[in-house]
Amino acid sequence: MGDRRYTETHEWVEVAGEVATVGITDFAQSQLGDVVFLELPRQGRKLGAGESFGVIESVKAASDLYAPVAGTVLEVNERLAANPELVNKDPLGEGWLIKVQTEGGLPDGLLDQAAYQKLAESGGH
Amino acid sequence: MRHYSRLASLNYSISENFYPLGSCTMKYNPVANEAAAQLPGFAYLHPYQDQATAQGALELMHLLEAALCTVAGVDRVTLQPAAGAHGEWTALRMIQAYHQARGERRDQVLVPDSAHGTNPASAALCGFQVVEVRSGADGRISVADLESKLNQRVAALMLTNPNTLGLFEREILEVAEMVHATGAKLYYDGANLNALMGICRPGDMGFDAVHMNLHKTFTTPHGGGGPGAGPVGVKSDLEPFLPKPTIERRNGHFELDEERPHSIGRVRSFYGNFGMLVRAYTYILAMGGDGLAQASEDAVLAANYLRSRLQGVLDLPHDGPCMHEFVASARNLAEHGVKALDVAKGLLERGYYAPTVYFPLIVPEAVMVEPTETESKATLDAFADTVKEVADLARTDPQRLHAEPVSLPVGRLDEVAAARRPVLRWNAASESPTEAP
Repeated sequence: MGDRRYTETHEWVEVAGEVATVGITDFAQSQLGDVVFLELPRQGRKLGAGESFGVIESVKAASDLYAPVAGTVLEVNERLAANPELVNKDPLGEGWLIKVQTEGGLPDGLLDQAAYQKLAESGGH
Repeated sequence: MRHYSRLASLNYSISENFYPLGSCTMKYNPVANEAAAQLPGFAYLHPYQDQATAQGALELMHLLEAALCTVAGVDRVTLQPAAGAHGEWTALRMIQAYHQARGERRDQVLVPDSAHGTNPASAALCGFQVVEVRSGADGRISVADLESKLNQRVAALMLTNPNTLGLFEREILEVAEMVHATGAKLYYDGANLNALMGICRPGDMGFDAVHMNLHKTFTTPHGGGGPGAGPVGVKSDLEPFLPKPTIERRNGHFELDEERPHSIGRVRSFYGNFGMLVRAYTYILAMGGDGLAQASEDAVLAANYLRSRLQGVLDLPHDGPCMHEFVASARNLAEHGVKALDVAKGLLERGYYAPTVYFPLIVPEAVMVEPTETESKATLDAFADTVKEVADLARTDPQRLHAEPVSLPVGRLDEVAAARRPVLRWNAASESPTEAP
């Protein structure tokens, strides 16, 4: 497993070989509160980096999800349909959202752990 | 009878209590509006009756259109849309038709990250791709980010001014120039027009299309209290695309004009929510131009007074002064395990309707307060004292606050279960709710 990288829109991505796993950060889930619904893409959908790939809904808000990398959706975390609370309980693990067959590697502008931490501490903006 | 009276007494309304629900503008509903709407000539009109026998109603619509043109600084207004979001959609359809008529295909709409949720929803419903524009640290639209997102694909920028943080977009003239330079249109989400009446006008700021919520700015009933109305005003270059029919005065008579070849069509059955039009026009006549300006000034004064009273009680993430509303944050109470939701519930317990919480999305633990302009200083003081009482309780006895409300008909609802496992049907046989599959 490679390093985890972060977006300014609070997604994380971890790349192993050509497969990237994508989720939302612990900070994001704590800000959203209890997740009640996720709208995730179909397998096989092509995503551009920064493109909206779905929607996450909590009791407080609905937010777009943005793809940290370009590629094709290989797998969607099916467990979330019945158990959206996994995103709250284990956002970096069992609460992952999608796996993507990457094209062209990681784009520039993703944050490392330290830079993301700083962003989250400043209130997320 | 007692059953219904009891239910009515459980209701909370602006006619009885302070209602500081930010972003919603809970204006009081003057009784004079109701008297006018109940005049038999208005109340017993039939939508199919001959135009010649409904001249008074058509004249009122014509006069209301003229008044709204004056307030918003636009050339024509359609009264058909039945709500603010419906107005947004109607305006975007006109903008879409305008670009199409010029042979341009523009498929994006820009929306700031502080926007009302209806903005991206309306744009998406029109088939546009929504592109978010960021706010700067001062809570206003980032001109640099806007510039990077403006191009030939953009049909319109949707903007609220003052924005949802209650802040005036000071760069609006520059923003309008940038948007127009790329051929796009500037749309005014009129949800906050009640802060500007008689002081400045969206049309003069460069907005091309403007919706106005009669149920907010012009005192018709709001929420469960009545149907909404969201008239849309446009500058002359969008006029051919107005929904039909329009109301025209010809030879001293008023007529419904259906002969509008470029119209986007009818957006509402019959003529909109006519009873609301009567109420809004009554309010405008009763207030006059000076009265409307006074209402806006009072709204801004009340919000700034309350904002200054809450300094040190809650966080105030943006510098003042504010316009007709402001956004505080409960994040200063986070160390005691208390959230904006707890503050809201504590206020409910103490007899107030809660402010809007968790909106706008760009402020964590947002508590959004909009005092109705007709409230007295005594009411504002009492509310500020109560917010302070709740914030003090958050520090001294957070457990008690977490348990509130305890004296209302319902306590804390399980919002998570309600969203995850909604119960949508009542099973009479078992006298218990059945779960949705």
